[in-house]
Amino acid sequence: MEEKRAAVQMRDITKRFGSTLANDRVWLDIYKGEILALLGENGSGKTTLMNMLSGIYFPDDGKIFINGKEALIRSPRDAFSYGIGMIHQHFKLVDVLTAAENIVLGLKEPGRLDMNKVAQRVQEICDAYGFDVDPNQKIYNMSVSQKQTVEIVKVLYRGADILILDEPTAVLTPQETEKLFAVLRAMRDDGKAIVIITHKMHEVEELSDRVAILRHGQFVGDMETKKTSAQDMTNMMVGRPVTLNIERPEPVNPQPRIEVKNLTVRDAEGTLKLEDVTFTAKSGEILGIAGISGCGQKELLEAIAGLQKTESGSICYVKDDGTREELIGKDPTAIAAMGVSLSFVPEDRLGMGLVGSMDLTDNMMLRSFRKGRSWFTNRKEPKRLAENVVKELEVNTPGVSTPVRRLSGGNVQKVLVGREIAAAPTVLLTAYAVRGLDINSSYTIYDLINKQKKAGVAVVFVGEDLDVLLELCDRILVLCGGKVSGIVDGRSAQKPEVGMMMTRLGGKTNG
Amino acid sequence: MAKKNSGPVLHISKRDNLPWYGAWAIRGTAILLALVVCAFVTTALTGENPLGVYKTMFQGAFGSKRKMWILGQNLAILLCVSLAVTPAFKMRFWNVGGEGQILIGGLATAACMILLGDKLPNWLLICVMTVSAMAAGAVWGGIPAICKAKWNTNETLFTLMMNYVATQLVAFFVIVWEVPKGAGKIGIINQSTQAGWLPQIGSYKYLLNILIVAVLVVVMYFYLARSKQGYEIAVVGESERTARYVGIPVGKVIVRTMMLSGAICGLAGLLLVGGTDHTITTTIAGGRGFTAVMVAWLAKFNPFGMVFTSFLLVFLGRGAAEISTIYGLNHSFGDILTGIILFFIIGSEFFISYRLDFLKNNGKEQA
Amino acid sequence: MFDLVAFFPRAVMQSIPLLFGSTGETLTEKSGNLNLGIPGIMYVGGICGVIGAFFYEQAGASNGFLAVLIPLVCCLVGSLLMGLLYCFLTVTLRANQNVTGLAMTTFGVGFGNFFGGSLIKLTGAEVPSIALTATSGYFRKTLPFAESTGVFGKLFLSYGFLAYAAIAIALISSYVLKKTRVGLQLRAVGESPATADAAGINITRYKYVATCIGSMIAGLGGLYYVMDYACGVWSNNGFGDRGWLAIALVIFTIWRPNVGILSSMLFGGLYILYLFIPTGTFLAVKELYKMLPYLVTILVLVLTSMRNKRENQPPESLGVPYFREER
Repeated sequence: MEEKRAAVQMRDITKRFGSTLANDRVWLDIYKGEILALLGENGSGKTTLMNMLSGIYFPDDGKIFINGKEALIRSPRDAFSYGIGMIHQHFKLVDVLTAAENIVLGLKEPGRLDMNKVAQRVQEICDAYGFDVDPNQKIYNMSVSQKQTVEIVKVLYRGADILILDEPTAVLTPQETEKLFAVLRAMRDDGKAIVIITHKMHEVEELSDRVAILRHGQFVGDMETKKTSAQDMTNMMVGRPVTLNIERPEPVNPQPRIEVKNLTVRDAEGTLKLEDVTFTAKSGEILGIAGISGCGQKELLEAIAGLQKTESGSICYVKDDGTREELIGKDPTAIAAMGVSLSFVPEDRLGMGLVGSMDLTDNMMLRSFRKGRSWFTNRKEPKRLAENVVKELEVNTPGVSTPVRRLSGGNVQKVLVGREIAAAPTVLLTAYAVRGLDINSSYTIYDLINKQKKAGVAVVFVGEDLDVLLELCDRILVLCGGKVSGIVDGRSAQKPEVGMMMTRLGGKTNG
Repeated sequence: MAKKNSGPVLHISKRDNLPWYGAWAIRGTAILLALVVCAFVTTALTGENPLGVYKTMFQGAFGSKRKMWILGQNLAILLCVSLAVTPAFKMRFWNVGGEGQILIGGLATAACMILLGDKLPNWLLICVMTVSAMAAGAVWGGIPAICKAKWNTNETLFTLMMNYVATQLVAFFVIVWEVPKGAGKIGIINQSTQAGWLPQIGSYKYLLNILIVAVLVVVMYFYLARSKQGYEIAVVGESERTARYVGIPVGKVIVRTMMLSGAICGLAGLLLVGGTDHTITTTIAGGRGFTAVMVAWLAKFNPFGMVFTSFLLVFLGRGAAEISTIYGLNHSFGDILTGIILFFIIGSEFFISYRLDFLKNNGKEQA
Repeated sequence: MFDLVAFFPRAVMQSIPLLFGSTGETLTEKSGNLNLGIPGIMYVGGICGVIGAFFYEQAGASNGFLAVLIPLVCCLVGSLLMGLLYCFLTVTLRANQNVTGLAMTTFGVGFGNFFGGSLIKLTGAEVPSIALTATSGYFRKTLPFAESTGVFGKLFLSYGFLAYAAIAIALISSYVLKKTRVGLQLRAVGESPATADAAGINITRYKYVATCIGSMIAGLGGLYYVMDYACGVWSNNGFGDRGWLAIALVIFTIWRPNVGILSSMLFGGLYILYLFIPTGTFLAVKELYKMLPYLVTILVLVLTSMRNKRENQPPESLGVPYFREER
């Protein structure tokens, strides 16, 4: 490699939120013509650090140099002027505006606003990098990967040459990820400095030139990707050696538990979300569900849990003695009243699974508060349960009367999974159970799920990381545009094969 | 936010946890500051010295036995309405229709008194009045709730419009029942028989009202904090999706809670018409439906806290009324003082939830 | 017989305060602020104009230009201060918008009625009531051809300048929101402040400016009411609930000021329809007719909520304070 030129130098950057130290005297260099992977567990301060570069936060202490000169980045506008553009994990797009309108948002160009000219420039950028964006399409009509493309075009339109991407592949298919990586490599070769925040080790190895690792808000080291391994990087992130293998015990005496036949679901707008879906989930087995985001996973789980209106088909619960109960047309209360113990870990933990502003005890009560005839609630049981979950799952919290919103992502998920498992379910539905979780927490969750499997629970595991699905699940059902694209054996299936199945039926989704 | 060459000077961050006494110290300071400002405003308009102003206000509120009873009565009604709107607010349902629900409850009461006054024994009449007042209020609160539950109709405006519909309905019946013809008002109902007048306890005219509301405070506290329905309300208020996920029938809870809310407002209407004024006018609610929103919010939806916040507002209202009477000023003076106090308390909430730090180290000049 | 020629101008005159109010509130809501203080602000705007005119008339001067300018400036300053207060509380101090708005309405209505009722007493002026006939005369001056063009003139030219200003402001607001950079950014602020912020838009400034301009426009509605509609006579609570109707109109017009022009006229018509419907001897029925605007508002609320289309939704972050470092 020729002589490296530092685009960004961060020196002694410190940032506090209330009493938590998010970044503690961090040093970080970002070079031109290089892709840097920023690694760290959740809460290690990666996003906070990058937010200070993009002007969302202002450091409490420390200095930032851009191209060797000290820079004060007080706002996103300042960041643009230094050529820094960030693509956030949660897209920063206005849904009711068009792509072009989103792209020019906030720009101070002289003269009148001429949307035609904007559209033309957007097209030029798209042509240069091979993007496919309709400038006049409204954001709410776009798929996740289209939205991400708009975000990237937005940053390029501003002439950024330092790009920061926060977990850009979390919502993409393998094919889309490949495309994105190709674009990023092209940009790197163009001389741009690129930072990517990710949890996926294989992506780090595949894409990055250098890795930098943060732990508990502190910088612990950086190295060339070629000279390290996934294991070493993980050990550095966690601070102690960890094993990276997911356990997969053989299923014991699997029996049909949930039988879904010809299930068809339409959403409120009348769009077909699931079409003619048929499969069986068995006890003592983990059934993985793979698919591009938004191709029916959510509707499928919610239909089984009694939260989604269905159009036709049947969902049968098979009891141990072979009797069958139809679940369609019943709400969660009715399903529980039938004696079916069904637990559901939804994708949206704080917006659906838990109530953020309530404490652990009150959240434990969500499932059980109706028990008994009394007019009043009983908080003794839930409190004991909360204390139990905190102890067993090593939830990091000041106490059981802390609002769950204050906990970190991994701990929130532990509370949620802990509650759902405490109900001694016979069916456990999980949606993106490890999304946004660091390695350590992810493994805790895999362990919990495996324990349930061993106890004879029928587990349905909706995941996005194919590597994990292939390591954890016994069978994998692949959805494509709301249809079953196939069911494969988790032990023998290959990643490219599953990836193809995810896109085979028509490829594009309408959601 | 501060815009200087050297980056922000002021850093605002969320407080982790302020102890309750810290919060109340901030609120107390805000109220004190507000009272000082109020005193100066009053001085500017009347010329009396600020301390004298408060002496006058005290006299207006506590000056005589009669004034204290009126204070108690006003406090009871405002508190009653505030308690009524609270469950709805906990559910994040912005019920600003308290006014209409009170009116319609009062109208139902008056209708019973006028139409059934000489047909039923008094105890039965009062029972019928109570039931119909609360039912009327429940219906008035229930209609917007049903639309909210079914189509997510904006409840703030719906309940607001229901106020005016109720007002016009009362105006209509006032003309229908006017005594004497052409007077444009109803006058004291059943003046001679006192049929349907809520009973007096001993010689204390307003004691019954006050006792009813006192009981209601306790009941409401336990309903919200300890009952299963109260828990459901809290879950629905925080996140409808969570509520659905655990099988709480969201629509049913919305309608049930709003009917409860409306019914208690209807009860306030009963207390006003049957227990206090013994007549009905379009202005009988006197803006309490709106004031109650602020009372409930200032007390952070805690029924016991509302006793204090409603006391504060009623005291101001009575005190300001005294000042306007003495100085021949308009009675809306009270609203101005109330507004000033509210602004201060609303503003003070910021200092309870957030912490301000002044940054010292940004003397970098190269920028 | 229904007398359209008499009805239409009255409906228009009724509609103007509503139009000012709803245009102002639309701009405010586009920035994500739900200002329930608009009714109070309209009272303040009205009374400030009255106070200005009152002192000017008391001073005995009678320059037509100043007689219009002074109340106008007073009204704008008064409502601007209210707007600033609202912004300070809800934007800078991130207070609850509903509660702040209601408190402002309590304060504003009280402020209007207090000074309306006590102005004479406070200043020791020797007049029996506030009747600013001279000033009102200037405000009510119609276009020169209003008399000579018969029915056409009566229908379209017989209004004071503020009425035309209301329509012009609505059209300009509509253009700014739809076609300009500022409008685009304002819409982004109301929809998703976090996005707008990340795009480098100064959220605080947009919220302040939009809300304050909105308040000033709404304040003009109060001024029009006393000076033109009520012929310069202030009566307590005379302005009534028009402020609330103006807020309802915002939803009715699906956040489009140009639609507001016609719909406010519709509401204005409903507001006075009871005067034109024969009731016979049973006068009480008139009270029921007065319900019409409210019932129609309810109906529209329900209907628009039933068919919900993405473009017709309120700004997404309406009513939510924004804090960049919220975690």
